[in-house]
Amino acid sequence: MDVMKKVPVREQDAKERATNFKEVCLGYNMEEAMAEASRCINCKNAQCVKGCPVAIDIPGFINKVKEGDVEAAYQVISEASALPAVCGRVCPQETQCEGKCIRGIKGEPVSIGKLERFVADWAREKGIKPEGPKEKKGKKVAVIGSGPAGLTCAGDLAKMGYDVTIFEALHEPGGVLVYGIPEFRLPKEDVVAKEIENVKALGVTIETNVVIGKSVTIDELMDEEGFSAVFIGSGAGLPKFMGIPGENSNGVFSANEYLTRSNLMKAFDEHSRTPIMHGKKVAVVGGGNVAMDAARTALRLGAEVHIVYRRSEEELPARVEEVHHAKEEGIIFDLLTNPTEILADEKGWVTGMKCIRMELGEPDASGRRRPVEIPDSEFTMELDTVIMSLGTSPNPLISSTTEGLEVNKWKCIVADEADGKTTKEGVYAGGDAVTGAATVILAMGAGKAAAKGIDEYLSNK
Amino acid sequence: MYKIVKKQELTTNIYLMEVEAKRVAKSCEPGQFVIVRVDSEGERIPLTICDYNREAGTVTIVFQTVGAGTKLMAVLEEGDALHDFVGPLGCPSEFVKEDIEELKNKKILFVAGGVGAAPVYPQVKWLHERGVAADVIVGSKTKDLLILEKEMEAVAGNLYVTTDDGSYGRSGMVTQTIKDLIAEGNQYDVCVAIGPMIMMKFVCLLTKELNLPTIVSLNPIMVDGTGMCGACRVTVGGKVKFACVDGPEFDGHAVNFDEAMRRQAMYKTEEGRAILEVEEGDTHHGGCGVCH
Repeated sequence: MDVMKKVPVREQDAKERATNFKEVCLGYNMEEAMAEASRCINCKNAQCVKGCPVAIDIPGFINKVKEGDVEAAYQVISEASALPAVCGRVCPQETQCEGKCIRGIKGEPVSIGKLERFVADWAREKGIKPEGPKEKKGKKVAVIGSGPAGLTCAGDLAKMGYDVTIFEALHEPGGVLVYGIPEFRLPKEDVVAKEIENVKALGVTIETNVVIGKSVTIDELMDEEGFSAVFIGSGAGLPKFMGIPGENSNGVFSANEYLTRSNLMKAFDEHSRTPIMHGKKVAVVGGGNVAMDAARTALRLGAEVHIVYRRSEEELPARVEEVHHAKEEGIIFDLLTNPTEILADEKGWVTGMKCIRMELGEPDASGRRRPVEIPDSEFTMELDTVIMSLGTSPNPLISSTTEGLEVNKWKCIVADEADGKTTKEGVYAGGDAVTGAATVILAMGAGKAAAKGIDEYLSNK
Repeated sequence: MYKIVKKQELTTNIYLMEVEAKRVAKSCEPGQFVIVRVDSEGERIPLTICDYNREAGTVTIVFQTVGAGTKLMAVLEEGDALHDFVGPLGCPSEFVKEDIEELKNKKILFVAGGVGAAPVYPQVKWLHERGVAADVIVGSKTKDLLILEKEMEAVAGNLYVTTDDGSYGRSGMVTQTIKDLIAEGNQYDVCVAIGPMIMMKFVCLLTKELNLPTIVSLNPIMVDGTGMCGACRVTVGGKVKFACVDGPEFDGHAVNFDEAMRRQAMYKTEEGRAILEVEEGDTHHGGCGVCH
């Protein structure tokens, strides 16, 4: 074994997986996990922990794996994270824990994500659950949204002994974990549902089908239903469109719609009662993780799929692993290309997309080189489906119905990064609702910080 | 689970259900809608609210069996339960926020077509309870398909029923009745038209000529109903709006109906296929040529 390199993880063959929705990565077995764990040099001043938004004791749990005591490893992770099987799969480890790993200076970093996944999967298969609270505090906290931020905040508060109810607008809890991230990256029944069961096992109640701001307001929750504090983790659900001609043609979807149909409503399954467009030639506009998810979903539904992105490969916001998987499966990347118009036939169905070639100019405010149009480089792509994956912004339903809750110009809720405190007393917020679209683990970090903030607030009240 | 406390077949393929849904009953207003799922495998079906009882904590919905989902729903009986029932969604009708005394001086004409009578009813009732009498035109294809006539009569100022085939009430489309009422010397300040997209389009073409401001309630394809998917986008006054959160009611004279109708037909083939597959079961072999 080469200690400079990660123990490779088994994956479904690219050709085979391009035609099914089963999980791409198969994960480590016990032997592989122990071998990989042995690569950890157990740094005294562990940098990896500093790179983790929820500060898991990483050397601590890896040490237990090294010893073969996976249950103990699970309890170490559970102290910090409510969703280890999810994080082991979807965290951008390369820029967080693994990005800081000392092993990574000369060779490859320890495969922390895959080890976390191994531990969480092992515990799930053995039916091991995290430990609940020792005593109750007798105070009620409402958590809005059952995505990563809400689940983490609720789990932490429940462990402290609070009586927590999560309100979810959709019919199923999980937020972006169920409607956004596809089955082949994050299995719903085996992984997401089970982790949510674990949060419930801590004593958290989940009430689905409640749209805060419509079914009931935050003020009503606090004044009439006896909640002493509220955490808003409602995410960033509003899709953006480009505003180009033809965008309302039949066959143009937001990535949110396309993925919600496939993931939440299971439209990828031919027995689902929710339909989804089975395009033959699909363009996904955008270069983030959501764009990769939409593209790989369309591919599995039988389409030739193009990613259309206005910058170059280097600037793709998606994780390197996702881009790599997408390429392996046969997604075509049309980089430095920007759509200008969507073309439709006389009945309004998409027939193509006019695009223009781009080149990179001077760096812009984000530090990335600004894409500029190359004159006279227009061309037309023939297509029957276009999926817009340009990012999302927070839903104003809550902010517009809650007096005293300040938002910024992007409609993001203004909240203190350290403890999630908003401008309204007793109301805390975190995750995409505050930052705009970001990652699962950052939302979890914010949920965790807010749980601490709420505990401090209620303890001093 | 949301218990069905009352079920009634109003006419062929149109059903009324009163459902226990405390949160929705407490907070809903005329003009809003709900999304229903029949069972754990069900699709999300948006339906307008026909009535609500805040004390009993129930909400009444009316639906027509048009797709696989509504057909499965029609099989449920009193005592059964719907798996999911979420709402109220969308914005309440504009007049809910208006001053009652000013409303009393307004002449409002409601135009309901087909199942559109269901969402019109709670609006007329809301006004009636506050001493505002509104005129109502209810149109249906034939006498047999007419719904909620008695209920509407109890809350409307004047009720005008018209059937396309002349089998009951006046004869002809609702647009004919509007023309007749105006010709008879009636004057209106605002019109609220709810029904099939094509009806709303033609009502708007007419009322634009008559200079009568008109509000319509759109029912495009939706998935989540909270602004998340954008499937329900419609063009109103040249701007893209999401019917689920910006609507469902809009200025009818500004709505691009042709686009809205086109978008509504987006899954027609898929939906039709799904129904055929359910109905034909094992004997379904995809004669349509697009099935796998």
